[in-house]
Amino acid sequence: MLASVGQFLLILSLVTSAALMLLPMVGYFKNNQALMQTGRPLSYLLFVLVLTTFLILVSLFMLQDFSVTYVWQNSSLALPLRYRITATWGAHEGSVLMWVAVQALWIAAVSRYSRSLTLSQISRVLSVLGIIATGFLAFVLFASNPFEITNPAPLDGRDLNPLLQDFGMIIHPPLLYFGYVGLSVAFALAVAALIGGQIDEKWIRWSRRWTNLAWAFLTVGIILGSWWAYYELGWGGWWFWDPVENASFLPWLAGTALIHVQAVSERKNAFRGWTVMLAIIAFSLCVLGTFLVRSGSITSVHSFAADPFRGLFILVLLAIYTGGALTLYALRVNQLRSRDAINLESRETLMLANSVIFITATFTILLGTLFPMIFDYFNMKISVGEPYFGLMFFLLMIPMAVLLPLGAQLKWHRDQMHTAIKALLPHFLVASVLTIACYVGFGGLNLRATAGVFGGFWIASATLWQLKQTPGQLNAGLVGMTTAHMGVAVFLFAMSMTEHKDIEKDVLLKPGQTTQVAGYDFLFNGVQRVAIENYQAQQGTIVVSKNGEEIVTLHPQKRFYPKQQMPMTEADIRAGVLKDIYVSLGEQINDQGAWSVRIYLKPFIRWMWFGGLMMMAGAVIALFSRRSRRMERQQADQVMQDRLGLT
Amino acid sequence: MKKVLLALIPLGVFIGLIVLLTINMETHTEVLPSPLIGKPVPAFEHPTLYSNQRLTQDDFKGQPYLLNVFGSWCPSCQVEHPLVEALAESGRIKVVGLNWKDEPADAHAWLQKWGNPYHEILVDYHGDTAINLGVYGAPETFLIDADGIIVYKLAGVLTDEIIREDLLPMIDQISL
Repeated sequence: MLASVGQFLLILSLVTSAALMLLPMVGYFKNNQALMQTGRPLSYLLFVLVLTTFLILVSLFMLQDFSVTYVWQNSSLALPLRYRITATWGAHEGSVLMWVAVQALWIAAVSRYSRSLTLSQISRVLSVLGIIATGFLAFVLFASNPFEITNPAPLDGRDLNPLLQDFGMIIHPPLLYFGYVGLSVAFALAVAALIGGQIDEKWIRWSRRWTNLAWAFLTVGIILGSWWAYYELGWGGWWFWDPVENASFLPWLAGTALIHVQAVSERKNAFRGWTVMLAIIAFSLCVLGTFLVRSGSITSVHSFAADPFRGLFILVLLAIYTGGALTLYALRVNQLRSRDAINLESRETLMLANSVIFITATFTILLGTLFPMIFDYFNMKISVGEPYFGLMFFLLMIPMAVLLPLGAQLKWHRDQMHTAIKALLPHFLVASVLTIACYVGFGGLNLRATAGVFGGFWIASATLWQLKQTPGQLNAGLVGMTTAHMGVAVFLFAMSMTEHKDIEKDVLLKPGQTTQVAGYDFLFNGVQRVAIENYQAQQGTIVVSKNGEEIVTLHPQKRFYPKQQMPMTEADIRAGVLKDIYVSLGEQINDQGAWSVRIYLKPFIRWMWFGGLMMMAGAVIALFSRRSRRMERQQADQVMQDRLGLT
Repeated sequence: MKKVLLALIPLGVFIGLIVLLTINMETHTEVLPSPLIGKPVPAFEHPTLYSNQRLTQDDFKGQPYLLNVFGSWCPSCQVEHPLVEALAESGRIKVVGLNWKDEPADAHAWLQKWGNPYHEILVDYHGDTAINLGVYGAPETFLIDADGIIVYKLAGVLTDEIIREDLLPMIDQISL
């Protein structure tokens, strides 16, 4: 009954979004005010409809309505209420519905907070967002309908995948979707601008805040994914270069390039075409990522159930969105000509360099992700993993780290490269000294770790000094940038330490036996059976102490979920400021209670995520940069340009 | 003009990408063919649920049969159960159940409730044969010919479509 209501609302949503796609755009081309004005009300209506549809699906899970196929496939009577709610987006159908719900929210927000745009502009933007929403709603309705009925209904469900029965999983996907979908605003703006054939500073400034917000969500979504993989997969790693992880990382890289280029193009009439192109690339990568994850084209640890029809559907959507946008781009590129000249020795040049580095990184990783598919065609099975991605990424991040402080040092419009370099020289020395101190203090570092640690100190030292040098009142834009760049520094340092100074030990322990790792004693007190909620577990007890003083007692588990016939390794971790102590159970070796136990010591791993959070915080802080101030700055820019004769 | 040509490059690259992905969609299948197809059914010896005897793979030789892996704990098994029943009643193939990692009492109660279409039910309490058959989730279904060779395997729920388009033609073929 409730499911039929959901089904009905889903159809209604599709009709509404089709109207949103068509009416304002027709209004724009016919210059009909009344039609253009339908954009805003339609987007609010769409949001209400899709949100209600989504809440109905949540209710079906809470009520345990097993007549709904999607519900019994991903839930069970024993599943606790909190996971019954999150199971709503635990598999393909529900997560696509959630995607659409998040998108409807963004569309409504765009409608609400776009007073600075003219009616002709906003009607085009909303219409393009309507095209995207219509595509995904059609996908939900025709290829992944969560309201399908099973008759007769099973008495119990199949339970939720145990990997997803976890707090990180509750918030990780929604945040990522906020990021993915948020980039569709920048995309819509770019396409709307191409349709109109012109784009002005005001418009880019408006779009930049949405891009910043989307990028912040994407950042925190990726961090959560990494954190979840670390404690839930039980392998002790934090990033695997898995195709699904890459799918979220690619739009992030392109988005990073985009927000930096927007910083230039919102100030002056430059890099117009490049801004538009980056916006198209960033969102296309979101859709491409969705395709890779859901079509089954690529094998991954967390791929969804493969279905060729679904894959084909998303591929068609991708072809329409990106193909359409790129065709428009080719047609209109002559009209997007940038008027202002760019001086070679200026911050603009460095911003351009930044975007080139990040786009190169994007395509390098995309290529690595697609390589197996290309080889598949020639009937060769290869897998591209850490050795390729790790090395390529390392090489590309060297120029990034070297140039970051220089970009922040150079002034807009015109500056002198050699004075900037001279000003930064002391920080090069500071970073060198600190790196040597680290090298000695931590008993040697390998090449990559040394480079990473140096990069971290170099960026931190210069960035802090630059903040101190700033005359006058601090504005949100500067504080945001400084926070984000300090985040990069913290991340680089911590990542290098975690990756290269971690200690890993696999040991065989009998109950009562102690092993020593890096000065810590690990006493194994055997394994007990426990039964909790919807699983049974063998729970180990390991007492960790140092110099006879007890630090913590850890309880790693080997869980078994009977409904899914699936074993799970649940590590137990003592999180620390300087290092994490990470213990997970391997297998029982013999009937005397001996187990293989894996022990990790992970230095600074928390700092790495903290660095990511700082980047996110920076993007959020920059949102509060006041518009009036930005307009003043823009006028000042104009005066400056005229004086320098750059126009 | 030169700028327009330059602007066509991204479009060209993108079209190339779409072509690659489309070709890949057609050639790449996630469904790994079971290495057991064309091979004899792995040797087994199991007690049965009702007939109080121990049966081995040799006891089933001489006639093709369908081996259906199920458990009372498995909701998907219950979903496909009416189809298994209809297939058994049609008399076109003998259906044998492999009760996987299940308590006999639970299995009995389940069959009482939903009906017992099986000619025989082998009790694989520890899941040994399931491992030999490469079962990674219930339900799974194997079609085995009169010589004890596995000719078809399905991982997942039987549907009308699968029975009509894959299973029945194959049954007709091996029953000749």
